[in-house]
Amino acid sequence: MTAATFRRWLTGAYLVLFFGYLFLPLGIMAAATFNSSRFPTITPWMGFTLQWFGALWADQRMWQALGTSLLVGAGVIAVAVPLGLAAALLLDRLHSRARTFLYAVMVSPLLTPGVIVGISTLVFWREWFGVTGGLFLTILAQSSFIAAYAMLLFLARLQRFDQTLEEAALDLGATHGQVFRRITLPYLTPAILSASFLAFLQSFENYNTTLFVRGLDTTLTVYIASKVRTGLTPAVNALSLILIALTILGAVVYEILRRREARRQPDPA
Amino acid sequence: MGGVLRRYGPVLTAAILLAVAAWLLLLVVLPQLLMVDFSFRPSLPPSKARGPEDVYTLRNYATLWTNQIHLAIFLKTIWASSLVTAVTLAVCYPVAFYMAQVAPRRRLPLLVLMLVVPFWINELLRTFAWYIILAFNGPLNALLVGLGLYSEPQRLLGGDAGVIIGMVYVYILFMVFPLMNAMESLDRNQIEAARDLGAGWLRIHRRIVIPHAKPGIAVGCIMTFMLAAGSYAVPALLGGPQSRWFTEVIYNWFFEGGNWNQGAAYAFILLILCIAFILLMMRLFRVGLTDIAK
Repeated sequence: MTAATFRRWLTGAYLVLFFGYLFLPLGIMAAATFNSSRFPTITPWMGFTLQWFGALWADQRMWQALGTSLLVGAGVIAVAVPLGLAAALLLDRLHSRARTFLYAVMVSPLLTPGVIVGISTLVFWREWFGVTGGLFLTILAQSSFIAAYAMLLFLARLQRFDQTLEEAALDLGATHGQVFRRITLPYLTPAILSASFLAFLQSFENYNTTLFVRGLDTTLTVYIASKVRTGLTPAVNALSLILIALTILGAVVYEILRRREARRQPDPA
Repeated sequence: MGGVLRRYGPVLTAAILLAVAAWLLLLVVLPQLLMVDFSFRPSLPPSKARGPEDVYTLRNYATLWTNQIHLAIFLKTIWASSLVTAVTLAVCYPVAFYMAQVAPRRRLPLLVLMLVVPFWINELLRTFAWYIILAFNGPLNALLVGLGLYSEPQRLLGGDAGVIIGMVYVYILFMVFPLMNAMESLDRNQIEAARDLGAGWLRIHRRIVIPHAKPGIAVGCIMTFMLAAGSYAVPALLGGPQSRWFTEVIYNWFFEGGNWNQGAAYAFILLILCIAFILLMMRLFRVGLTDIAK
């Protein structure tokens, strides 16, 4: 064996190990859904069953938590996407030290641990407005950092925007409102869709921030965590399996759309 | 500012400024400032708030030094998060290098997708997968006993080892993407040239790839460390009473101890830890804030 083939063999083996490491745990979790053991495991194998999907379906608290998560997700889209859009529109037109400073403040929530985002929101809204934990605070706390993700998406798309289009429309007598509605907004529509999608996913998956501001409301991730600690059955695996299947579907669709968009809009750089 | 007004007109400009101000003031800056302010005040019943006893004090910060258990947990959170960061960096480096420099172009989209998919899956669910693997009657114990390494199953859950193993798995993808992005922009010809001039692979990495990938390494380390130090889900699921994480101590101050001021002080200490780590990385890799916040 030459040195080159040995190195290629080693690289291949490492990659197989790495991707095996990424996917095997998820496979084990999925497989445990179909084991008719009362505790989720694959050893020992007690026989194939679909009963845990039924048990999940019958779980009222799961449906309630799902409803809460959907509500919070919708709220976060409604708050974070417009905020991110406004921030990107502002940054796109600033070229100075003010831009650098604003940018740093805007992305700072992404570099702050999620628990701290939750705690600061909780303390601030109780002290200043007397608002305690619940749906409202959960939406606000999540939006404070999800808006930064939305801002980054909008900013990336605005960088490829041909500003002469707006100037031409203004020269031809269009009002600012017309230019925004007829030119800027349509151009940003794909980014609005992907920002909404990302915002919902981030909200739906959030645990660390939500934990501090949820009050008595239970989102689906909070529900899953409490189930794992008390009253764990493979019904949690069934729920995980469904969520993972939906996530994979969403990720694949998102990637395909993103790549199609990237091909149609080659970067000018 | 004039540019903004010219482009969007007065109505839209006002709406934009209002939205940005609401976001940054009400949701980001003021809550952080108030949390810090709160952390320097004593915990008082509402009737005594803003009274003569409501003075600034360092007492909440002193607690961490006097409470040996909390201090030990805090120090463990630091070294364990550093360990998680170092392990993920070591594991991801070869993968990122392969994806960015070696992989054939036509195979790349599929490989990237295989990284993106687990990245999208909920942190909590990926932690739960390890809960099943590490369980007392779980597959890992079955394997260890089956291979004859142990004569009976071991307790893998509820200790620091389980938490660290879980964190490496859950946060590994936050390391691989920044590394990959940084290495992608390295011209392959540079590596070819170095090889032609007789440099071995170790020297190529030390003198060409690593210096080029510095910003990516810094970002990956910062993200991983921050997520690990600030993690609640992983220690809550995989740890136990003997392996508490600093975030769990903070949570208890809020919802079991009922001392929010004390909890706010601990939260601020955690934030300072993360900022210190960011500064350390910037110093270590000689990168600026603009390289990081891209």
